Amino acid sequence: MGMVSNNILIELEQVSFAYAPLRPVLRDLDFILEKGEHVSLLGANGSGKTTLFHLIMGLLMHYSGSLRVFGEERRVRKDFDEVRRRIGLLFQDSDDQLFSPTVAEDIAFGPFNLGKSREDVLWIVKETLAVLGLEGFEDRVTYKLSGGEKRLVALGTVLAMRPEVLLLDEPVIGLDEEHRNRFVNILKESNLSYIIISHDHDFLEEVTNKRYLLGGGRLQGA
Amino acid sequence: MLLQFPHSPVDGTAVIAEKLSEGSSPLHRLDPRVKLCLALPYAFLVALSESVAVSCAALALGIVLVAVARLKVGLVAARLRVLFLFILLLWITLPLSMPGTAVYTIGRLSVSLGGLQRALSISLKSTAIVLLVISLLGTSTVFSLAHGLSHFRLPKKLLYLFFLSYRYIYVIGVEYRRLRDAMRVRAFKPGTNIHTYRSYGYLIGMLLIRSFERSERIYHAMLCRGFQGRFYLLDHFHMHRRDIAFLLVMSLMLIGMGLWEWFLTISL
Ligand SMILES: Nc1ncnc2c1ncn2[C@@H]1O[C@H](COP(=O)(O)OP(=O)(O)O)[C@@H](O)[C@H]1O
Ligand SMILES: [Mg+2]
Repeated sequence: MGMVSNNILIELEQVSFAYAPLRPVLRDLDFILEKGEHVSLLGANGSGKTTLFHLIMGLLMHYSGSLRVFGEERRVRKDFDEVRRRIGLLFQDSDDQLFSPTVAEDIAFGPFNLGKSREDVLWIVKETLAVLGLEGFEDRVTYKLSGGEKRLVALGTVLAMRPEVLLLDEPVIGLDEEHRNRFVNILKESNLSYIIISHDHDFLEEVTNKRYLLGGGRLQGA
Repeated sequence: MLLQFPHSPVDGTAVIAEKLSEGSSPLHRLDPRVKLCLALPYAFLVALSESVAVSCAALALGIVLVAVARLKVGLVAARLRVLFLFILLLWITLPLSMPGTAVYTIGRLSVSLGGLQRALSISLKSTAIVLLVISLLGTSTVFSLAHGLSHFRLPKKLLYLFFLSYRYIYVIGVEYRRLRDAMRVRAFKPGTNIHTYRSYGYLIGMLLIRSFERSERIYHAMLCRGFQGRFYLLDHFHMHRRDIAFLLVMSLMLIGMGLWEWFLTISL
């Protein structure tokens, strides 16, 4: 592993994965994410971008090859508890992420799971909403929010867990200018490492500085 | 409380119409726990009651509560319409099918007194229950009811099942309409033929698969946020004096009606 290993957050070596036998989605894929990197992940629809995220989060098992996250080999379910604590995944469809009745309750879900006290959780909720520019949204009903507000709150539910890395799956698709800009600002002001799946080149230009293209089950620098 | 899907869900952000729950009447502002405490016992009492007098009293109370809640007549009528269709059916079938003293005969058919009484009783009772439930539970949003239920030591999983079903029925409704519109724009017209049945079969099958896939994604999203099988609640209900007063008055009336029912049955 050598001297640089403590800077490597995610490292995939020769990873292959298939949903159905004989039709691999990822084929001998190599990838490294280092601390502080802001990476964009491009690729045609169905090329396996979402699959790659889910593999890193331990939502898909039975890959071949080596997956190291935070310096440790991750293979069985228990290995991923730490991964999920320290990496935040934003789902493409916010309706999948927001399941609680109110905004406050949804943001509180993650911190509660981490064992935080009620006082701490209330404070985290307040602070998270401030970061999102959604002060006073505590008691709003999640399914009645606008598309843009939903996406921001979904990001909030992830940020509330204080992750070190973000995996964002099509975060600005369908957002209006105003919400898209807020997304850009939040990302720029955070000092997180992240990988973004997007087709929005202007957006990627603003928030990332390294590009990968996924095709044929493999990654190429682009 | 009762669901209606709005008709133009452009991006899935449109709102479930909980029209009855929009309002600022005293009933709307009551603690949902109080309303939950009252709705079920009232519904039971009315359903079990055998006296027309008690049913009439319950109906009167229902009307008073609907008035206090200042519910729009049109909305209440829409809820009652379905019920009245059912009741109409009873008025046609029960008097003709139940044995008993005939009050009227048309050829070989006889209209029985017992049947008429039964139809009247069911009409009064069902209307009373619907009005009571509309005015008590309809005036809270589903989520505040779910929240209220969580204070009753119910299993959390059951509660979340209730709430999540409600939360995602809407999303599934939007998916249903998207599929249906996709069929319509390709000139699909339902008829009584195999093509129609097969198309509806595909539609329902597709809906089931999509719902299943969505449930999986929701579960995955929960796992990513450290879900360990436990649910937590940030509670924020406070009982006010008016809640207690309402609970007290309504409970006394409930007991009164129960006693009344009891005296009437033992004196028969
Ligand atoms: N749950 C699944 N079961 C079977 N095949 C799947 C599943 N999810 C995705 N796939 C397939 O895997 C491929 C990659 O999908 P995905 O990772 O979602 O692509 P992308 O996010 O790049 O659009 C696609 O061909 C897709 O059909
Ligand atoms: Mg995808």
